[in-house]
Amino acid sequence: MTDALLGNLDPEPVRAAMKARRKGPRELALLLSPGADPVLEELAREAHAATLRHFGRTVQMYAPLYVSNRCAGRCPYCGFRGDQRIGRVSLTLAEAVEEGRAISRLGLRHVLLVSGDAPNDVDPAYLAAAARALKNAGFDSVSVEVAPLDEAGYRALAEDGAVDGVTLYQETYDLARYAALHDAGPKADYGFRLGALDRAGAAGIRALTVGAVWGLSPWREEAFALGLHAQSLQRRWWRSRVQLGIPRLKNVPPGFEIPHPVGDRTLAHVVMALRLFVEEVGIVLSTREPPQLREALLPLGITQMSAGSRTRPGAYTIGDAGGEQFQVVDDRRPEEVAGSLRARGYDPVWKDWDRGFTDL
Amino acid sequence: MPDPLVVAGRAFDSRLLVGTGKFASTALMRAAIEASGAQIVTVALRRVDLANPADDMIGAIDRAKLLLLPNTSGARDAEEAVRLARLARGAGLEPWIKLEVTPDPRTLLPDAVETLRAAEILIADGFTVLPYMPADPILARRLEDAGAATLMPLGSLIGSGLGIRTRDAIEIIIDQARVPVVVDAGLGLPSHAAEAMEMGADAVLVNTALAIADDPVAMARAFKLAVEAGRLARLAGPGGQSREARASSPLTGFLR
Repeated sequence: MTDALLGNLDPEPVRAAMKARRKGPRELALLLSPGADPVLEELAREAHAATLRHFGRTVQMYAPLYVSNRCAGRCPYCGFRGDQRIGRVSLTLAEAVEEGRAISRLGLRHVLLVSGDAPNDVDPAYLAAAARALKNAGFDSVSVEVAPLDEAGYRALAEDGAVDGVTLYQETYDLARYAALHDAGPKADYGFRLGALDRAGAAGIRALTVGAVWGLSPWREEAFALGLHAQSLQRRWWRSRVQLGIPRLKNVPPGFEIPHPVGDRTLAHVVMALRLFVEEVGIVLSTREPPQLREALLPLGITQMSAGSRTRPGAYTIGDAGGEQFQVVDDRRPEEVAGSLRARGYDPVWKDWDRGFTDL
Repeated sequence: MPDPLVVAGRAFDSRLLVGTGKFASTALMRAAIEASGAQIVTVALRRVDLANPADDMIGAIDRAKLLLLPNTSGARDAEEAVRLARLARGAGLEPWIKLEVTPDPRTLLPDAVETLRAAEILIADGFTVLPYMPADPILARRLEDAGAATLMPLGSLIGSGLGIRTRDAIEIIIDQARVPVVVDAGLGLPSHAAEAMEMGADAVLVNTALAIADDPVAMARAFKLAVEAGRLARLAGPGGQSREARASSPLTGFLR
């Protein structure tokens, strides 16, 4: 049934799906179908209205803090993959805090700790300690984007509210494609990755950010699976806030060709369809995308943006300490991004959490 | 004739309370507050930096003229709400708190059990507590018995703009309340606010309806007028509604 709906060519059922008060798999498939193409502007109006209702004219700002680019993974599409000849570094706790101070001097109060799959250097104890140290250094919210952990690992992060959020992208929901891209190492376990955010939810992590990497598999099927994954997380872990990330493959390592490139129009379509399917879910957009596109996508559903990002460990303080994970396209300083957002009638929000919620 | 809203012994001329979230800029928020005539302005503690006197949101609220009412938005349980309230008081804010315990980020509905628990703790601790609550008349009685300064039942989901979908329950709450009833959440249009006031609510609180209007300042003024009109109508004693024409002669005329 889903395949037929995803292939729908008629705009009328898409219009009906847009207006449906309760949206299920059927509506999601229709919103993603080619039938939406002629009515994309209508879709945009609905998506904009839903975004306004739930989030108003605000954008929450954050920056990534890369703590390690060591990686056991061999993902052929990633700049961190283990066989790339780049300078490898893992930050000590003290170095991570120094990076944090440099980020907070840029005005940011929410930070995302990022690492390759480096379990020897970056384990739950390290992450929890780094989160505590960063909160003591003035950050209001700390999230992590690291390889999947077991539930005990997530419990260690959630303890006392040290880590507020976990971001974990499935890369692709297509099992065969996933297996072909990740044929060795711990990442070969599709199920362990798919269940990670459930374990994080069970451990009491407050924000669960789910996503797929656009470009690996056909986008309609991917977006359909992503929407249902987000909804299932909402239903099971109803005390946690579910969010979506939409990283798109751009510059990939030599020798890898993006199998299903996703254009701007498609990315916008995905944002709108997912916004209407899970109205109250935040959508995060990184500096992989250029300024004009980031700001154009904002009214359609984006609610969080990174700014001033450096995607190499130590880069905020030390400079070129190691390889980058991805190329930052929007390299404006956070204050420039904020100024541009204000000019578009959006209030950049630097602080939307408080250490006071928990014991830290 | 003065007709103040009295909350915990304190009188306010305005019966419109406003929130500060979702505005396109702090300047616009300030202008909307001014136009609304509100004297009670609520601010999410998670959004402000209490340690920083230069915080733009706190700085935008003239505390000589307005009561800055901190709220615990984002709290998942009583403990978190209590902790936030105490932090706010510790940072020098008045011990007034708009209690919000909303564990489900999808609906942002208030948790009746945790709200009552937090209210009891905070009231015992000397706070003036204004709880955001489900439109449940028994919970309203329990909160009142616990010493809540107001009751703030929801009209519909926060930000939904759907108006008063809990009418029957709110009517019971108003009818039995000994403290002011403030209809909070879901009021999307000035007519919704007027409706609440006509029903006998003592005040209403709006935020999203102002923040996401094309012209928040004009919408704030429209809500101000609607609240005044609804209040006047309530005091005037509405004649009730009928689907049929009513003869102006008394129905007992035939007895003469």
